[in-house]
Amino acid sequence: MPELKPTNGFEEVFRKVQTLTDTPMHYCPGCGHGVVHRLLMEVVDEMRIQDKTVGVAPVGCSVFAYQYMNIDMQEAAHGRATAVATGIKRVLPDRYVFTYQGDGDLAAIGTNETIHTVNRGENILIVFINNGVYGMTGGQMAPTTLAGMKTTTSPFGRDIATMGHPLKITELLAQLPGAYYVTRHAVHTPTAVRKLKKSLRMAFEFQEMKKGTCFVEVVSNCPSGWKMTPQESNEWMEKNMFPYYPLGDLKVPKVRMN
Amino acid sequence: MIRGTVLIAQEVCKGCELCIAVCPQECLGLSEHLNIRGYRYVRLIQETCTGCINCALVCPDSAITVFREPKGAAKKTVVVQSTP
Repeated sequence: MPELKPTNGFEEVFRKVQTLTDTPMHYCPGCGHGVVHRLLMEVVDEMRIQDKTVGVAPVGCSVFAYQYMNIDMQEAAHGRATAVATGIKRVLPDRYVFTYQGDGDLAAIGTNETIHTVNRGENILIVFINNGVYGMTGGQMAPTTLAGMKTTTSPFGRDIATMGHPLKITELLAQLPGAYYVTRHAVHTPTAVRKLKKSLRMAFEFQEMKKGTCFVEVVSNCPSGWKMTPQESNEWMEKNMFPYYPLGDLKVPKVRMN
Repeated sequence: MIRGTVLIAQEVCKGCELCIAVCPQECLGLSEHLNIRGYRYVRLIQETCTGCINCALVCPDSAITVFREPKGAAKKTVVVQSTP
């Protein structure tokens, strides 16, 4: 990274946080993962908990998350990130623990672990990136793929009769008593990005209070998996994903944050 | 008007054009040249930037650093102009 200096007396109002490493991200152009990585690390930087945060990386596109986040991280087997995070949190209860998982990891192979972790009310934060396909392996159908959506394993569109309904895992988890804060966001506009950052900050603060599991879903795009340009994919997401996965809080605690 | 500017890390930019779409001043555009990774990178094409940080917020690769004129500076120039 070249050294950046303010020009002609201008003051710096935004720059990459030091909790992100200088490694260029391997994600496709326009992928929402990069924004969520940055927001998580901005929150860690603002709360000054860089040496007390442990992240758990999944299998999926974000498998290399540990290369980009300058914190302690642990790689988990496919779908088992919440189980690994449970272990870390129980051994080191003073650490801030979060998992970062995609829809193939959390909602398909890891459904069991996810539901039981939230049911036990472990004091961890689960960040769930939902883009409706398995991006890493080439855009196959995921449990969250929309009805009629074309993927490489559902070339004629997802057929509800044979392939089932898209899984609303966030609504499912919001019903469990162990879940403390459940919310759904997106990162396609500056406003959405600001809202997500506030939510992540709240989730980390709830973890400090030992309240229960916080679950933040981010509806994201997958330009490569959906075969679109980044801008088209964002428009498609607004038109098709948001009606089925409406943005907003699903379970909000009654305490007032100061 | 508040003046600002952006500094874009050319070798990090992947040319996804998300920042171009959210810029209210339409001051960002793609370059003619490719960067070391083979992408057309984003650069400033107009001096109308206000430093609103919209582009930096949506940038997935954290390639954008934003600078803004300090609040007092604009007022100061106005005072200097009106004194004589």
